[in-house]
Amino acid sequence: MTDQLDFRENPQEANAGILPVAEPDHPRATKSRTQDDLFSFVGAVAGALALDWLLYTKILPFSGTLGFLVLWYCLFLALFAGATAVGNPSQVVVDRVVGAAIRGAAALVFFALFTSIMFTFVRGFPALTHLNFFTKDMAGVRPTDALSRGGILHAVLGSVIEIGIAIAVTLPLGVGTAIYLNEVGGRFSKVVRTLVEAMTALPSIVAGLFIYTILIVMLGISRTGIAAAAAISVMMLPIIARSADVVLRVMPGGLREASLALGASKWQTVRQVVIPTVRSGLATALILGIARGVGETSPVLLTSGASTYTNVNPLQEPMNSLPLYVFSAVRSGEPEFIARGFGAASVLLALVLILFVITRFLARQKVGKR
Amino acid sequence: MSVLLSPATGRVTDFSGGVLSAQGVSAWFGSNKVLERVSLDMPAKTVTALIGPSGCGKSTFLRVLNRMHELVPSARLNGEVLLDGEDIYATGHRITATRKRIGMVFQKPNPFPAMSIADNVVSGLKLAGVKNWRSDRDWIIETSLTRAGLWKEVKDRLKEPGSALSGGQQQRLCIARSLAVEPEVLLMDEPCSALDPTSTRRVEETISEIREQVTVVIVTHNMQQAARVSQQCAFFLAEQGTPGGIVEVGDTEQIFQSPVDQRTADYVNGRFG
Amino acid sequence: MTILIDLGQTPLPDPSGVDEDRPRAIDPALPRVDRIFYAGARAVGVLVLLIMGAIGVFLGVQSIPTFKRYGLSFFTQNQWLPERDILGISAVLLGTFTVAVVALAIAFPLALSVALYISEYAVPRIKGLLVSMIDLMAAIPSIVWGLWGFFLLQPRAINLAHWLNVNLGFLPFFHVDTDPNAPVWAQSRYAASAFIAGIAVSMMVLPMAAAVMRQVFSQAPLGEREAALALGSTKWGMIRTVVLPFGRGGIIGGTMLSMGRALGETIAVVLIISPSFDIKFRPLEVGTSTVSALIAGRFGEATSAQLSALLTAGFVLFIITLIVNTLAATIVSRSRSGAVTD
Repeated sequence: MTDQLDFRENPQEANAGILPVAEPDHPRATKSRTQDDLFSFVGAVAGALALDWLLYTKILPFSGTLGFLVLWYCLFLALFAGATAVGNPSQVVVDRVVGAAIRGAAALVFFALFTSIMFTFVRGFPALTHLNFFTKDMAGVRPTDALSRGGILHAVLGSVIEIGIAIAVTLPLGVGTAIYLNEVGGRFSKVVRTLVEAMTALPSIVAGLFIYTILIVMLGISRTGIAAAAAISVMMLPIIARSADVVLRVMPGGLREASLALGASKWQTVRQVVIPTVRSGLATALILGIARGVGETSPVLLTSGASTYTNVNPLQEPMNSLPLYVFSAVRSGEPEFIARGFGAASVLLALVLILFVITRFLARQKVGKR
Repeated sequence: MSVLLSPATGRVTDFSGGVLSAQGVSAWFGSNKVLERVSLDMPAKTVTALIGPSGCGKSTFLRVLNRMHELVPSARLNGEVLLDGEDIYATGHRITATRKRIGMVFQKPNPFPAMSIADNVVSGLKLAGVKNWRSDRDWIIETSLTRAGLWKEVKDRLKEPGSALSGGQQQRLCIARSLAVEPEVLLMDEPCSALDPTSTRRVEETISEIREQVTVVIVTHNMQQAARVSQQCAFFLAEQGTPGGIVEVGDTEQIFQSPVDQRTADYVNGRFG
Repeated sequence: MTILIDLGQTPLPDPSGVDEDRPRAIDPALPRVDRIFYAGARAVGVLVLLIMGAIGVFLGVQSIPTFKRYGLSFFTQNQWLPERDILGISAVLLGTFTVAVVALAIAFPLALSVALYISEYAVPRIKGLLVSMIDLMAAIPSIVWGLWGFFLLQPRAINLAHWLNVNLGFLPFFHVDTDPNAPVWAQSRYAASAFIAGIAVSMMVLPMAAAVMRQVFSQAPLGEREAALALGSTKWGMIRTVVLPFGRGGIIGGTMLSMGRALGETIAVVLIISPSFDIKFRPLEVGTSTVSALIAGRFGEATSAQLSALLTAGFVLFIITLIVNTLAATIVSRSRSGAVTD
């Protein structure tokens, strides 16, 4: 006899035996939107536009596109409420107005996200068109020099080296802590978890100041890449440990038991069941933590020093990095240098976007194709 | 004693042994005692059903039998569990080796989501560190899936993830996974409670088939299921505020038709629980 | 029908047992690889505990001399004049709260709307995309939001600030100390303010709040939603009676978590504000300072005593964010929705 579930997996075949094949059986569309909904909406939009234009250009002493749009939206909400109230109970009026307000606010947020990305790239574009921007550093380049001289190679290399060291330190420790908290446990682990959660509240500038005081003031080490990496690590470690802990905590306990019941050791269970199961979630959490570490300016502001030349030795001499470069460039006040700052910000943003796309890619990866 | 022989490598699978016996098993969670001196013999090549109302300690007892009980931090126990005459809790017995010999199937099907169907079947061999199985991989997958009654349904989709299967198929995949490490005993904790009737029947058929090779202990809330699949039946009961224990043990037929204890009679006839 | 069991009938376990039934000691019998694994994992845990603990202890110990020297005036003094030995954080603390309050006043309604939109209004097909967009928003470096706030937002926001002052200036927190109706109004009086910094910070902390809220909203039980809709409720009616009460813990907790972040934000604030140490709550007006901006601005020239004072300021900020975060975590986990997640 056929398994019941086969029907569900192959509905056409199953149906063929039951229904006479007269015409293709398509699902019919169900719409919850009425004509009243549609007309009230369109009417309110158009009416608000007209009224807005009238108020804005003829009656009120206002100017500016932004204000025009804001007023349009407010008028639209009012008209929409009024139009709905004509033939509907108050619940429907509230429902529609709140729905429109929520959609509007959500659109505003996504618009802000869009503008922040576009604005950075548009303002950064003049600098990005120069090849030397990627291949040269700022040694001997004055802030007023044209964009055809100098570049941000030193900042890119510095960022990569600093975050590389920070990853090498925080990834094993952070993931190790999460594994300790979830797979070993014990009374002591509660202390560790509490402390890790507490330290995620540590403001990044305080992490920077901590490393600055210890390494630079107390131990007399000069501002170097390694100091910056230490500051980034102090900031990143709780973030990484916490997010890895959250990912491991939602792992179904049944899978651990199943593995142990097969005779696996705890270590094998972690390596072959726990980690593969949470792999994509873990990778996402880690990469988001790394993105945070790359983009954070305040730890490096205090610790790395801003060199103008390329320095790939983290142990000696200052080392610039992208966020720090952006920060000092836009504060200089020189238009050309600000343009460089936006160019560097575009590169930083692109780096974060790439990291982010990788997380989406990992999250979508399915089993079986390894 | 039956022997399966791998055609490719001449690998021998021996189905002897598997006599399980619990001697005076008590169990605690913290200071709360949930089982009191339970003794039960589970003969080889027999399906033993553990029945009784919820909260009477059946599942705890089952978990004591392959040392899953101690995964709960506050869990403690007393007594002995003898597998072929040797106490599995005795010093010197590797916990992983014990669990490999005494497999377990859980209430909710739990195939490893990060592995394909085929990888799920051999996951136990990989996890338990069994040596020299890779040359027999295909044979092990086919034999285990066949023994679990799943081979025909999945043989063309072995590379799909285990989670793509239906609930009943997933549960049989978990049984295949347990069988692949060739346990002597298979513990099943309400394996059908999350399944529909058709899938339940398939799992029951599977249980009847593997009985020839493996000692089965099954916890179930379904009286008909206990009557259908088991040869021996133990009725657990925990009265108000006291730890659970066995009221009556006997041949399934006898427990269902002429129980000695009145409480057993009430329970199997559906008058409480 | 239920038959009550007669307790007088032979009880199951034998009470007259001579030997006492005690838990036996069990050899965990771990394989060697597990012993190594446990030892290694514990070592990592201890190491992280030591590192984290050392930071906390260091900050605390560093603060002792400052507290001894300045006493309570450290919290009441508003000026930061190391050369005259006058140090206090009242102004920067107030500024920190001003920026955070502005940020939350903007971020809260927007985050709530975005969360509701994604979980209730958006068509299922784009939900995943929108969730990723919010995650992306959280990953955008703070310096980028700083640039956005300084170069794109500020020229526009000062008009809004001016409008608010002109029309709502009678409210103390919309007041700016200038003549709003002057024929050529003083733009610079409205620039570099806590208000503008707060907007930039709000964009930074909004995704965190929105993500927490969306998650709890999406866990609101389907049965209760359907029950409300089956009674003829509108979508908003269902949200108000089922989703919002269910997600209340997440709403409060998510907002407080983002407040913790807003309190500590540095770079965007430093880029936008012009430092001032006045005690005032006029967010629209030029000039404010926050603890983190103070640290960023003053660490370079600090002597060791001043450094210790800066560390103390940082320690106070850390304690405040710690309290806020802990409260947030407690609220989330105590709430009904938190019980589902954990």
